[in-house]
Amino acid sequence: MSALDPSEIFRQEAQELLEQLEQALLDLEHTPDDADLINSAFRALHTVKGSGAMFGYDAVAAFTHHVETAFDLVRKGSVEPSRALIAVALAAKDHMRLLIETPDLAEAADGVAILQTLKQIVGDPSAPTAPDDAALQDTADADAAAEIPTTWRIRFRLGREAMAMGTNPLLLLDELRGLGMATVVARAESVPPLEELAPTDCHLAWDVVLTTSRPRTAIEEVFMCVIDDMELSIDAITMTGEGNRIGEILVDRGDVAQHAVDAAVAAQMPLGTLLVKSGDVSPDTLASALAEQQHVRAGAGLGAGAASGAKAPAKGADSIRVPAERLDELMDRVGELVIVQSRLSQVAASSNDVEVKAIAEEIERLAHELRDTTMGVRTVPIGSLFGRFRRLVHDLAHELGKRIELVTVGEETELDKTVIERLNDPLIHLIRNAIDHGLETPEGRKSAGKPAAGCITLTACHAGAEVMVSISDDGRGLDRARIQARAEDQDLIPAGAKLSDAELFQLIFQPGFSTAKEVTSLSGRGVGMDVVKRAIEGLRGKIDIASTPGEGTRLTLRLPLTLAIIDGLLVRVGTGRYALPLSAVEECVELSPEEDARSRGRSFLNIRGDLVPFLRLRELFQVSEPPDRYQKAVIVSFGGRRVGLVVDQVIGNHQTVIKSLSKLHADVETFAGATILGDGAVALILDIANLVKLGMAYEGRFKAAS
Amino acid sequence: MTAWKTDTPMEVLTLGLQGEVFALEATHVREILDLVPITGVPNSQPFIGGLINVRGKVVPLADLCLKFGMELQPPTIDTRIVVTEVMIDGDPVIVGIRADKVYEITQVAASALEETPRIGMRWRPEYIRCIAKRGPEFIVVLDLERIFSRGDARDDAAGSSQRTAA
Repeated sequence: MSALDPSEIFRQEAQELLEQLEQALLDLEHTPDDADLINSAFRALHTVKGSGAMFGYDAVAAFTHHVETAFDLVRKGSVEPSRALIAVALAAKDHMRLLIETPDLAEAADGVAILQTLKQIVGDPSAPTAPDDAALQDTADADAAAEIPTTWRIRFRLGREAMAMGTNPLLLLDELRGLGMATVVARAESVPPLEELAPTDCHLAWDVVLTTSRPRTAIEEVFMCVIDDMELSIDAITMTGEGNRIGEILVDRGDVAQHAVDAAVAAQMPLGTLLVKSGDVSPDTLASALAEQQHVRAGAGLGAGAASGAKAPAKGADSIRVPAERLDELMDRVGELVIVQSRLSQVAASSNDVEVKAIAEEIERLAHELRDTTMGVRTVPIGSLFGRFRRLVHDLAHELGKRIELVTVGEETELDKTVIERLNDPLIHLIRNAIDHGLETPEGRKSAGKPAAGCITLTACHAGAEVMVSISDDGRGLDRARIQARAEDQDLIPAGAKLSDAELFQLIFQPGFSTAKEVTSLSGRGVGMDVVKRAIEGLRGKIDIASTPGEGTRLTLRLPLTLAIIDGLLVRVGTGRYALPLSAVEECVELSPEEDARSRGRSFLNIRGDLVPFLRLRELFQVSEPPDRYQKAVIVSFGGRRVGLVVDQVIGNHQTVIKSLSKLHADVETFAGATILGDGAVALILDIANLVKLGMAYEGRFKAAS
Repeated sequence: MTAWKTDTPMEVLTLGLQGEVFALEATHVREILDLVPITGVPNSQPFIGGLINVRGKVVPLADLCLKFGMELQPPTIDTRIVVTEVMIDGDPVIVGIRADKVYEITQVAASALEETPRIGMRWRPEYIRCIAKRGPEFIVVLDLERIFSRGDARDDAAGSSQRTAA
């Protein structure tokens, strides 16, 4: 996977958030009392501000801050969400979008006007004052100036000995192309006849038309090494409405005198041809001027008047956001295709028709490629996500004056891309919280006898049917008493209620719950944790919190493995078929009847001298059919231990598309999910960790009974 | 129990379980399938002890017989699976229901719907939405949401006799 441009990530995220904000505002117009909508709008603003500041969109963050403050007042009930407020908030939202997407078109004055209206409605003293506005205006102007692309005409001729001196004109041209959209025309009119040509001399000249947002000095830098020994002219080309006429271009460039053009125009023929004929212009010069005309027209056409237009279309094609359900559907279809294809292969194998066999093989190949591609689209190592947080931690450490080390473990853990993307925001919130609330200042840490640098650890691993992602810090830990007091204040729990740690810690996920004493730019407004909880629940995951006072806090996100495909081993127990993750399987051995009989009292296998306990799946699953004569034991490793699972038959490898079990089977822990086999039947996927747990409980009962 | 409150007639699908005629609200019903291979789920509650493949989706299969204290019968040529969509704890869940026979989709006038009587029932009244009169017969309209709701799904029909008295 290529690393995404962080500011592009922010733009995509902001687009979604602004849409969410707009929806919330529009709904709020009809139901102004809906606290959920107000919270939703506020959260969107909060996240835009936070992420904006993080990715360097300072103008956005500064602007959004005021709007957020206004909505904080609404949320606290001190300001009514009136129609006027919603209208100005919508205008503010549009302005935020402009600031993010086309900062050069955003009028800073508009933003100031919006904020002043907002200030009047809310009556908030902290809304911007005059010097604040000026600063806003300045930065916006500076940004705009840097961003507006200009079209330059660069004409240069290198010195005759330039190539002999080691200058490569191609590299110069490449550098120019690197600056922006460039049209290059070589002019060969001064190349001498062949017999006079010295091959080491440079005879060509170049005309380059370049559209770039970089300043003129950037162009001059390209020629820095050769500037002493060359002819160079750099002029800005003024754009006219529908592109410049060829005569104007030639005159403007000084290639031809105005009177020659006038004469040619009077003759009513294609102007360029005429000028060439009359000897006023060489064919090369004309070609170059025509290229410039096209370049300028292309630039004007793309931008439709917007100065930044030239580069926008290329950006849009980089990535596409696709709703997760569509990917799910695609995966389902691919799963079905694989199933149908395996049926086709079976039919073809029993047929004598060579052509059918060839087609079946072709389809098999295509189906497997399609499956691999689809899976490739969906799974990425979580390291790509962890990598994004380095900068975040660095910046936060700097801002808060804390020393922080970020440790990541299990970056190679593969997760569905949609899951990874949806984990981004919650993890940002959690890391911010851990740094802001969890870790103490270096002095505080020293007095507590800890190293001055705090440690944030991000861990990811597969555990049975779940992926665990945890964030732990070695900070002060959660303050039980303060959470309890705060929850009692907010009437979330009755006064003096006795709660377990787990129950109490879950309270911090309530909307508006914050124990921080001060509101900082990072956190403390009490948003964040409920956003995290919602996001994780949206992925059907759970959050566990463990915290030891003085030693730190560990939050574990447990996400179901529903979206994945695994390599499975298919086995049969009685009449039922089951799949188990092939990665856990070490080997399959035969359980001879003698061993079977002998092991009634002790369920141990001797695997090359090692003692390996085994479980009879027939007993755990209460199978009534008689066992096969030659039972097999599948040796699986789990958590560093080896366990044998006794089955009736080992069927073989199976590409297992994991489908989660419904809520109705939530109480059956021995299965991680189900899959569909080649013949259309459903097979259950064994959850080895829970199976062993059940086996131990079963044996415990057995021992107690005997 | 909640009675049918509006004046519009209720559309129901009637089906047979062990000779008794039950009805489901037609709005729950997605499709009706012939019997397909069923995969048993070991150690699950007996009344939702199976899984079926409904066009690539793994769907739990329920035997309502066990909820109403009836014996499980081997399938016949008439056995069907009614695929329904039920809200369970706020989320829609697709559930297959095994029926010994499926009769028809029919409309029952609002005037022919009555509240579940407190006595005279072998079955737990909270599983029953209302009773529909049709000609000389009475049809029991089931409340699928209550039947599958997680709190209730745990205990079986064992407690039915005590509950009717309460």
